[in-house]
Amino acid sequence: MTIFGVALLAGCTLVGVFIGDLLGILLGVKANVGGIGLAMMLLIAARVWLMRRGVLTRGVKLGVEFWATMYIPIVVAMAAQQNVVAAVRGGPIVLIAGFGSVALCFAATALLSRIGRHPLAHPEGEPEMERGGQVIAGALQPDLQGEKA
Amino acid sequence: MLHMIEHVVLEQSLVAAFAVVGIVMWASHFVAHRLTAGRVHGSAIAIVIGLILAYIGGLLTGGQKGLADLPVFAGIGLMGGAMLRDFAIVATAFEVDVFEARQAGLLGVVSLALGTILPFILGSSVAVAFGYTDPVSITTIGAGAITYIVGPVTGAALGANSTVIALSIATGVLKAVIIMVGTPLVAPLIGLNNPRSAMAFGGLMGTVSGVAGGLAATDPKLVPYGALTATFHTGIGCLVGPSVLFFTVRAIMG
Repeated sequence: MTIFGVALLAGCTLVGVFIGDLLGILLGVKANVGGIGLAMMLLIAARVWLMRRGVLTRGVKLGVEFWATMYIPIVVAMAAQQNVVAAVRGGPIVLIAGFGSVALCFAATALLSRIGRHPLAHPEGEPEMERGGQVIAGALQPDLQGEKA
Repeated sequence: MLHMIEHVVLEQSLVAAFAVVGIVMWASHFVAHRLTAGRVHGSAIAIVIGLILAYIGGLLTGGQKGLADLPVFAGIGLMGGAMLRDFAIVATAFEVDVFEARQAGLLGVVSLALGTILPFILGSSVAVAFGYTDPVSITTIGAGAITYIVGPVTGAALGANSTVIALSIATGVLKAVIIMVGTPLVAPLIGLNNPRSAMAFGGLMGTVSGVAGGLAATDPKLVPYGALTATFHTGIGCLVGPSVLFFTVRAIMG
């Protein structure tokens, strides 16, 4: 059933955010520490576990993947509620610090991805990743051949 | 008649938001295919339209939540708010290649460390260059260059004044906006085309909104990898901002 997938996603998110809050309190920080990242790892683990047991049904997949396909529209709604006026009107300090830090981090990304390059480490994952990309781009995809439905 | 339509839209705010965003997505894909022959991602155009709408909304209302401050578009606030955004981000993890994600370890740590320190050094240097001399203000502005949440959290913890906090939020928001718009443009130059570079990118850029938007507009399959590391960024920034980074600045400034 589809709701099982949605509920699984909700459960992982809630547990992840809770642990993130807990970590924040333990570290004495007024913020969630990695809650969403932890939730993502939980969901990845849940998927592997369900697949091994052969109970990753179409319904469960649909329930989770529907929300993955809604990702970009949600990001667009997020963009539409940024405080763009303040960002644009911030003056020279804001402009220099903003553009400068992004440029610096882009350069560091180029450096790190060059150091960590490994083009052929896991080519067999390619079709699965492409399918995932299609889902996140907004289209539900049929299951890959050979994967349990 | 108009009043009745307004009433429906106000009452069904989230449903109305789905319709509005759907129209924006349709228009941007139309433009991407017809006017740029597919060279520009439809999602990239949609995100830019979203930002322009946010600017217009901000001008009209003088509020801080862009288009969502207009009552008829209040649903945009719910649809694009932290709750559904995080829910959808977690959902993208379902498409992750487990083998690739396991490689995150060291690369993630290095990128998170650099992504916190580099923007902070730059932001606080700019603050010094513009004449700030007290460690609290310098740290707060530097922290704003990490993300727009780290800035105000650090500022509040250190007791910075509201002008400085506003500057630090604006810096963080501008950073997120630049990342959303700029990432698809520079992606080929910085090798952002595989899971590993996406994880480095997420840790370095940090701001979840920026990373979420930037990768969506570049290549959707990279989204979960970038998000995986980016979500640790704000927490770490809030941890070191008011502590290690502040003490360092205070030691340097005397």
